[in-house]
Amino acid sequence: MTVLLDKARQRQTRITGIILLALGALIAVFLAPDASGVATFRLSRPTDVWPVPNLVVPGGAFIYVASAFLAFFGVRLFLRGGAKWSARLLGIGLIIAVAAFLVWATAGKSFSFTGMLQASLVRAVPIALGGLAGVLSERVAVVNIGIEGMLLAGAFTGALVGSLAGGVAGLAAAVAVGGVFGFVLAALVVTYRMDQIIAGVFINLFVLGLTSYISSQVFQEYRALNNAPVFRAVEIPILSDLPVLGPVLFSQNIFVYGAFILAGLATYYLFHTRHGLRARAVGEHPRAADTLGIDVYRTRYVNVTVAGMVAGFGGAWFTLGSVGRFDEGMTGGRGFIGLAAMIFGRWHPVGALLAALVFGFADSLQQKLALLGTPIPSEFLAMAPYIATIVVVAGVVGRARAPAADGKPYVKE
Amino acid sequence: MQVELRNITKRFGPVVANKDVNLTIEPGEVLGLLGENGAGKSTLMNVLCGLYEPTEGEILIDGRPVAFKGPGDAIRAGIGMVHQHFMLVPVFTVAENVILGIEPVGRFDHLDLKAARAEVKKLSTEYGLTVDPDATIETLPVGVQQRVEIIKVLFREADVLILDEPTAVLTPQEVDEFIQIVRSLCDAGKAIVFITHKLNEILEISDRIAVIRRGEIVGSGDPKKLTRPELAEMMVGHPVDFDVARAPFAPKEVILDIQGLTLVRDDGAVAVDDLSLQVHSGEVVGIAGVQGNGQSALIEALAGLRRPVAGKVTFDGTDITDASARERHRMGIAHIPEDRQRAGLIGNFTVAENMVLDSYYGPPFAKGAGINWGRVEEEAAAVAEQYDVRTPSVHAAAAHLSGGNQQKLVVARELSRDTRLVIAGQPTRGLDVGSIAFIHERLMAARDEGDGVLIVSSELDEIMALSDRILVMFKGRIVAEYAPHEAPVDKGTIGLAMAGAAT
Repeated sequence: MTVLLDKARQRQTRITGIILLALGALIAVFLAPDASGVATFRLSRPTDVWPVPNLVVPGGAFIYVASAFLAFFGVRLFLRGGAKWSARLLGIGLIIAVAAFLVWATAGKSFSFTGMLQASLVRAVPIALGGLAGVLSERVAVVNIGIEGMLLAGAFTGALVGSLAGGVAGLAAAVAVGGVFGFVLAALVVTYRMDQIIAGVFINLFVLGLTSYISSQVFQEYRALNNAPVFRAVEIPILSDLPVLGPVLFSQNIFVYGAFILAGLATYYLFHTRHGLRARAVGEHPRAADTLGIDVYRTRYVNVTVAGMVAGFGGAWFTLGSVGRFDEGMTGGRGFIGLAAMIFGRWHPVGALLAALVFGFADSLQQKLALLGTPIPSEFLAMAPYIATIVVVAGVVGRARAPAADGKPYVKE
Repeated sequence: MQVELRNITKRFGPVVANKDVNLTIEPGEVLGLLGENGAGKSTLMNVLCGLYEPTEGEILIDGRPVAFKGPGDAIRAGIGMVHQHFMLVPVFTVAENVILGIEPVGRFDHLDLKAARAEVKKLSTEYGLTVDPDATIETLPVGVQQRVEIIKVLFREADVLILDEPTAVLTPQEVDEFIQIVRSLCDAGKAIVFITHKLNEILEISDRIAVIRRGEIVGSGDPKKLTRPELAEMMVGHPVDFDVARAPFAPKEVILDIQGLTLVRDDGAVAVDDLSLQVHSGEVVGIAGVQGNGQSALIEALAGLRRPVAGKVTFDGTDITDASARERHRMGIAHIPEDRQRAGLIGNFTVAENMVLDSYYGPPFAKGAGINWGRVEEEAAAVAEQYDVRTPSVHAAAAHLSGGNQQKLVVARELSRDTRLVIAGQPTRGLDVGSIAFIHERLMAARDEGDGVLIVSSELDEIMALSDRILVMFKGRIVAEYAPHEAPVDKGTIGLAMAGAAT
């Protein structure tokens, strides 16, 4: 019997092996001949307290070594199997392939690696907060497609109120408006039992339409209404002077710190508190929760509203944490990528955060590559985060388990 | 604590589920509540545990009237219910499930799981309910899950425990253990309400019996003075014949031959492990076993819904291992699925549409690319009549029929044609006595006409009443075989085999 099961697993491992082998061959054939000269990765700025030397990589040699590693992994998986290692080797292989690609693009030039990591974190923020909002609402079994709209509402409100009353007021208003939309979603799906997907799409379309209208009709006329202050980076004493880690982790604005703190708080709430236990019970088996005297509807209202507030905070990043002004549809699908991060992160706040970092990395990678002037058209590079989303959700995640009652309305008897 | 239900009536729209019910529950006593499926037992108890509000009447605790706004109120009043379908969160641990709703917490709302574990351990030693507080529910057998449910209720300091069909999921040995637990709870002064439709159990366990029929209490009494037929008559409303008429056992050639069948579940676990069995024409083979030992996968594989990873299935000399469900159907294999609502019929379709789900594509129902609905309705009405499917019309949605009529509809569709082999999974689960008797008769008729019949059921009584040969399935294998027509076999022996004692 076990022989039969092993066969299916073996086939999977072999396919993984072939993929790695093909990846290695592609890199060797297409990237290596082009990569003349050395790639210089700058790790420090000249102004740094503790400078570290640049990372200098000989282009062609590195790519050949990388492709050799990929080929070795591929052949090993194909011939020897090793189911336990299959997923891990695929992950390592992808990292090597990305590194080879980066070296190829940088060959003969120099480029700030630390800067790219810093940008990854910044770009991960809306995705992480969107994903976190998704975790909070799906843990109580409400599918929240409306996160995109809530981000957009937060961005808009942040810009408007921020312009009128300052950044802090703008941020508070963005959080409040996000909460309002969370509450509206809860009302639609919990009290009125509207289809959760349709309710979410409704919120997205409503917010997109309304903010686009106001920004084109009002903001064009009164530019002062769309000129909000931007939250500056907060340098954490001493830690921000660390090489590489300092600029990446300890010299960011409150949105980056906020995403980390909220992910920590959400983890504590969901897995270590009484109300978190109840929330998860409502998401897994609402009837059981009901028979134990837990108010299913109230729990859903509270969690989805808080999720909306988190999304509103994430939305404010687009304006108050970045450019200081609102543009139509400026969230560009980050809310949906946030949902992908939630799934990739297996409905865990920290998982969603880590997944968001992967997407943020893909996003900032495409930006830097465009700056480096690779022969790949920039439109294709701009697809990178979305392609990463599909690959990750379809391939690497496999079968993650959503809360059992996810998406199902609860009808009290 | 004494609980009294006084003149309780519960209506759902025009439907009266309970009518003018009076009932008293005394401490230290087991009250057996007997009634058929759909008689209103569960509704009544859901009123008592606060899930439903009564339309009329009142609940008194120690003589004082109380009003429950929700289950929380009932729990606080000391009334706890163990539901027929367990109310446990499968991905939570035992301790988490037990404390859910009244969690011990420290500062910052922090769950005190240490205290929870200690409490579970204390209760489990006090009442002999062995269970590991850190085990995840979905990894536990149902018998243990039931203990968790009881601990859950005890943790809430309930004085009245309502047990809704608690033995439905247990093996005979587990039932014995369970009766011990109920006794020890009783000795500790708890009042127990034991809901069931099984006559033997209620006679064995109760101190007092109340019988409910069509939402009303129709009788009560002392189990020492009541007999099985008397109780059955009270429950059903007319005398019940327990025996199924059958022609003498005359098996012919092998019709179904399974060799070395191995099946895996969707999650990759082995469900059926190198299983071989044969069914002869004119023979009923009954597969007994506790649910979850591979029976479902076996039925699916025989119906063509699950591809075997190894083994060979032969039907009347033809290899059907890889035959599709439709090919099997055309060969004369009838399949009565385990779950009528999920696999047997389409709830939103009408009775007529459901009746031709297997045959709409060919004559006489197909008309070019269309369907001759007139013909379908005629035929459906005739078959419904013949199989006693009580429906307002063939245009009624199947979902609106009672469970018994739904099942008769499935049986009608499957058996109202030329069949040679009948595969039936849990053919009478959750049905009333009348429907059970009807379906048993039909299965017997198929056998007497020379069909091979393979029945899988977790109701041992059903297996014993119908089978010419009894096989016991445990962990995906056949672990015991009995031929009652050669040597009588008793329930205890089969029960031991069901629990894996024969391996």
